[in-house]
Amino acid sequence: MSEIAFFGAVEIGLVYALVALGVYLSFRVLDFPDLTVDGSFPLGAAVCATLLVAGVNPWIASLVAALAGSMAGLVTATLNVRFKILHLLASILTMIALFSVNLRVMGRPNVALLMQDTVLTPFYGLGLPDHVVRPLVVLVVVVVIVLLLSRFLNSEFGLAMRATGVNARMARAQGVQTDFHIYAGMALSNGLCALAGALFAQTNGFADVTTGIGTIVVGLAAVIVGETVLPARAILWALVGCVVGSILYRLAVQLALSADAIGLQASDLNLVTAVLVAVALILPRVRLKAASKKREAVR
Amino acid sequence: MITVNGIHVTFGLGTPLEKHALRGVDLTIPEGQFVTVIGSNGAGKSTFLGALAGDVIAEEGRIAIDGVDVTRWATPKRASLVARVFQDPMVGSCTALTIEENMALAAARGRRRGLGSALRGDRRRHFRERIAELGLGLENRLHDRMGLLSGGQRQAVSLLMATLAGSKILLLDEHTAALDPGTAEFVLGLTRRIVEENRLTTLMVTHSMRQALDYGDRTVMLHEGRIVLDVSGEQRAGLDVPHLLALFAKQRGGEDITDDSLLIG
Repeated sequence: MSEIAFFGAVEIGLVYALVALGVYLSFRVLDFPDLTVDGSFPLGAAVCATLLVAGVNPWIASLVAALAGSMAGLVTATLNVRFKILHLLASILTMIALFSVNLRVMGRPNVALLMQDTVLTPFYGLGLPDHVVRPLVVLVVVVVIVLLLSRFLNSEFGLAMRATGVNARMARAQGVQTDFHIYAGMALSNGLCALAGALFAQTNGFADVTTGIGTIVVGLAAVIVGETVLPARAILWALVGCVVGSILYRLAVQLALSADAIGLQASDLNLVTAVLVAVALILPRVRLKAASKKREAVR
Repeated sequence: MITVNGIHVTFGLGTPLEKHALRGVDLTIPEGQFVTVIGSNGAGKSTFLGALAGDVIAEEGRIAIDGVDVTRWATPKRASLVARVFQDPMVGSCTALTIEENMALAAARGRRRGLGSALRGDRRRHFRERIAELGLGLENRLHDRMGLLSGGQRQAVSLLMATLAGSKILLLDEHTAALDPGTAEFVLGLTRRIVEENRLTTLMVTHSMRQALDYGDRTVMLHEGRIVLDVSGEQRAGLDVPHLLALFAKQRGGEDITDDSLLIG
């Protein structure tokens, strides 16, 4: 793997780390399997790119993109909480609707960001090569968000949100407005995914409606890989695990695709992703079985 | 003080499985009274407790706690007045969270939950002191997950959690039914102590007539969604399990008691 390919993988891993954090919030904290992500990620990219083309400040554009993602999360939460539609189906409905919304936002299937200023522009030309600057800037954003999120989940409000996901009945008996916490968590989760989309558009120089396909699988892969390499119970370390998992996952994919001997090409990405996630899901079970067999043998 | 006036609850209204679980229950419990509730399976004990807690909304009648009409309040809103311990230790606590996190969750019951840390130093110290009172050595295991505790330990912690925030009433839903006899004895003793220390208005549902007479100062029997027996004071002091059974049989129009579980204990 070349140096540029390595930094490229780290960069994309860090961008998707935000997706992983969002997926951790919905799947793990709230126990809400949410596929809205496949729509909110490109929504963030679309909103951000459109605003940048219109000459809006890149930080404001990114923030608005995140807010748009939160709205998408609220739509899914409303369908589920208010109208009792199964969470998975509710999120699929929002996801498919967002495809059209994203086309409307951009007015065309993709928007190129060639001359526009992005959040990265001020950091180019400070002496470091561009392919190093990009992951560094994204890293700073990710670190800040991990710290804020850890603080949030350890607050009284965050603790109530975690209880909502773990045991809603007990949470309600303790006075937790569980519905409200589902709304808040889903907004936060999809806001993070949309922010990831906004950063994706700015680091890659384009927004495209099709970039959302499989986002949820990538996010889930990062969460699962993170849990496998960093099996921690403290919230902060679980969040760091998501970030590490996202980077490791990208490096693994990059390695698989760049090893000529295997004969894979870029278009095999989704297949490689699915196989990696399946392996990550199967491995812990196999390990468990092996361990119990060993114990039996000792007896 | 709890005032219940003619509440009716029906499950599955208008369906073939329609069940009229409560058919006009009236009950007034003065401040600080400890009431035990008995009845056979399906008598409406749990529904009654659920109606007080807000899990079940009564379609008719009125429920007031300390003079406040809570008939239409949902569970989270009533939680500011009501503390509960569930039958299943898994339901009453978050097994995936640590002991101190569970305690922090309960300590904020009925309060706005802000963005401040849930486990500040002074709160941790307070939790440690309170849990040490149980005498189970749990003060050194605050970072352990709740799921690692035994059923009895978890019910003991749940009882403690019920007292961390102020409340008007305490509801105990067969909270010792899932425990072995020795542990049940311990948890019941703890219940008595906590109720007396905090002077809580308490309702305890139990399956055991023995427990119903041994604990608290008033016993109420439910049958087919109605209160069929209500004894307290001297009348209750003179009662024994056989008397209670006879009274029960009379209330049911002389029919034999077929529910074995009522006879146990």
